[in-house]
Amino acid sequence: MFTDELGQGGIPAGGPGDSAGHHGGAGESLVQLITPGGERVSHPQYDAWVQDVSDEQLGFLYEDLVVIRRIDTEATALQRQGELGLWPPLLGQEAAQIGSARSLRDDDFVFSSYRENGVAYCRGVDLADIVKVWRGNASAGWDPYTVNMATPQIIIGAQTLHATGYAMGIQNDGADSVAITYFGDGATSEGDVNEAMVFAASFQSPVVFFCSNNHWAISEPVRLQSHIRIADRAAGFGIPSIRVDGNDVLAVMAATREALERARHGGGPTFIEAVTYRMGPHTTADDPTRYRDANELEDWAAKDPIARVKGLLERKGLLTGQFEARVAAKADAVARELRAGCITMPDPEPLDIFKHVYSTPNSWLDRQEDHYSRYLASFGDPAGAHSEEGAR
Amino acid sequence: MIKEFRLPDLGEGLTESEILSWKVAVGDTVALNQVIAEVETAKAVVELPSPFAGVITALHEQPGTVVEVGKPIVSFEVEGDDGGPSAGGPAQAETAKREPNLVGYGAIVEASGRPTRRARTFAAPAAATAAAPTGPPVAERVAERVAEPAAAPVVEPADIRAPAETAAATPGGERPRSTPPVRKLAKDLGVELTAVAGTGAGGLITREDVQNFVGGGHPAAVAVAGAAPAAGIGSVTQGERETRMPIKGVRKLTAAAMVSSAFTAPHATEFLTVDVTPTMELLARLKASRAFEGFKLTPLTLVAKALLIALRRQPSLNSRWDEANQEIVQFNYVNLGIAAATPRGLTVPNIKDADRMSLTELSTALTGLTETARAGKTSPAELSGGTISITNIGVFGIDAGTPILNPGEAAILAMGAVRRMPWEYKDEVALRQVMTLSLSFDHRLVDGEQGSRFLADIGAILADPGMVLAMV
Ligand SMILES: Cc1ncc(C[n+]2csc(CCOP(=O)(O)OP(=O)(O)O)c2C)c(N)n1
Ligand SMILES: [Mg+2]
Repeated sequence: MFTDELGQGGIPAGGPGDSAGHHGGAGESLVQLITPGGERVSHPQYDAWVQDVSDEQLGFLYEDLVVIRRIDTEATALQRQGELGLWPPLLGQEAAQIGSARSLRDDDFVFSSYRENGVAYCRGVDLADIVKVWRGNASAGWDPYTVNMATPQIIIGAQTLHATGYAMGIQNDGADSVAITYFGDGATSEGDVNEAMVFAASFQSPVVFFCSNNHWAISEPVRLQSHIRIADRAAGFGIPSIRVDGNDVLAVMAATREALERARHGGGPTFIEAVTYRMGPHTTADDPTRYRDANELEDWAAKDPIARVKGLLERKGLLTGQFEARVAAKADAVARELRAGCITMPDPEPLDIFKHVYSTPNSWLDRQEDHYSRYLASFGDPAGAHSEEGAR
Repeated sequence: MIKEFRLPDLGEGLTESEILSWKVAVGDTVALNQVIAEVETAKAVVELPSPFAGVITALHEQPGTVVEVGKPIVSFEVEGDDGGPSAGGPAQAETAKREPNLVGYGAIVEASGRPTRRARTFAAPAAATAAAPTGPPVAERVAERVAEPAAAPVVEPADIRAPAETAAATPGGERPRSTPPVRKLAKDLGVELTAVAGTGAGGLITREDVQNFVGGGHPAAVAVAGAAPAAGIGSVTQGERETRMPIKGVRKLTAAAMVSSAFTAPHATEFLTVDVTPTMELLARLKASRAFEGFKLTPLTLVAKALLIALRRQPSLNSRWDEANQEIVQFNYVNLGIAAATPRGLTVPNIKDADRMSLTELSTALTGLTETARAGKTSPAELSGGTISITNIGVFGIDAGTPILNPGEAAILAMGAVRRMPWEYKDEVALRQVMTLSLSFDHRLVDGEQGSRFLADIGAILADPGMVLAMV
């Protein structure tokens, strides 16, 4: 029977001092650098990848973790207040997102799912643009090329193909940037993901497959999706893989940096399984208490990604009142900006629907637009004609 | 100023929620996002965070009440115009005015009967956000970052979302108001919407309006005999390249019945091809026997009998979905409908209490029913109250199809032609008499399991009539 040392197999939560090496007997396959109790444990291979991370930078990583959790709670509140139609919380997955996103270069390109809103924040996506789609104001929130991050993919796993295709383009350009694609455990059951891995391996493309194994695909537990560890699937494609504690921001950073370096230097794709946990519902329309055990959530709460960095900062004597106040102020400011940007967002114009469908003129679409604008004009409201010129 | 908070759609497309409890009382001062209530939707129990910072002035709904989305549930006294840094502002007020337009429910019908449009809104652009992505490795990148000023500027909400003027009614030429599915229904039924009076909000023409226009609200086969002037062929103008016939009579009612059935009952169809040689042999023996002298026995008689026997083991195929009363009606009798092609079109008269009939009685009833139908003399009583049907497409030389349910019934069996075909028989290929059975069922009432077992039972009887001994 497949057991998961991070709790899936019913192994009790790790308390302070627990390290991956002590779990379940197969611990060495799970890279961990900070224990749930906030102790920095050394790792023969991966320490080197994060030895440049200074105390100050650790502080910034902590701030990032706190800020994206705050973005998430604010967006959840906005949904409950009727300002967003839906929101997919990232609660519990902060370290996987920050550790990986903060390892990227500006010219790397991100292809994510709907849940990587913390990654979008790191890429510099405008806060209001992050929630635009969830408010129903646009079919896509931002221009991918301004931040080198595609807008989130809802079709499970499709973004892995986009990333692989983009990575093949990087090869044709002879560049040394990398495409990284984020997807869930459930997505690994999709044909798209498997096809993307076949292509990436065949062409040795510079793409990083970052799987956030949050243990659930809506109400389907990961153990039903995969009878082996997800990271072990990669071997079948000839892609090297690593299984990392996804609640450990340093370990995730080390793993991502290693994968990026490999890709930049012609080493081809890497598969990263970040073992984490979706602590909230699948989306704001979901009630996980109907299908999952409260004990499981409790076990994972003990491995919280933010608490362990806080613990580490405390051990290092870096958790001063001033520092905490700075982080709190930053989180408050981001939340305020997100809320203001959301609730004052202008409604889209009817003809906006025709924007960004094709990058070049399309006669078929032009015809539809023409018909629709004439229809709008029949209401005698100049807005239709007004925004027509703005289209495209 | 007083601000109201209206119950939002908390899931995707919910219309109501129940207030479980209030976490605050009138007079309490609450902070933004402070939990003020616990609410249960059809999907989950959720906490409602306060959209304002202020003082509660009224709780409009008691715990235990089911509240419609869009109804005010709580009012606040909020400082100043915008109620503090994060209070609702114009968008909030606008949201409050708006009717809930739920996911998948289509556009809201404007009360005015004509669409109104909102003027373009310009809000101050949101302030530039968090640190831009920085370069590699994290060392340099993070080091570059300076602690941001504590507070990002808050966008001043500017309200210019006033609804634009409602366009003055334009005279004439306007399409009657309806929704795409209803337009489609009307088109399928050949109904001109201009002729139909809308009873929906703002004069909207609803599905019921169209169905009522066609006649009788429930366009079931029942109505056939009642209406039915000589149908089908209208005036044909000589020499035209196309002939236009008014849609009326049986054609019209059949169409309405088919459309209503196809679009209300989710159909699933299964097929089974059976070696019916033993049944055909039995048929020959029975015909030759004394007991059946003077009775008209056909493959249909035996298929009908097989269906009636199999039905006892799967009663859910003999039931009805009662949408109005939210009940499933399980029939403890069988009125067996037989689709009959008549000069006036398709009718489905039924044999009352067919389950209690002997084979000779069933044979007599079938003969009588088909003769009456062909003569166009079927009575309304014979057309109403069917519980399950058979259609014999085999007489047209057809093997299989996906029959559409007779409205109100849970299943219909199509029997295909009996063909001599090479078939596996006793470990060899032999020429056998083979028939395909097609069973459609209403998937609301019948799961794949029951449907499959039912079809398999009928097949087993026809493949080996002796199996009946094991079933009854
Ligand atoms: C191709 C496709 N199939 C099904 C869905 C419906 N769906 C939405 S989210 C989801 C589960 C995805 O689980 P996982 O990949 O583990 O990602 P997570 O939501 O846990 O982040 C499914 C099946 C979809 N969006 N796209
Ligand atoms: Mg998942």
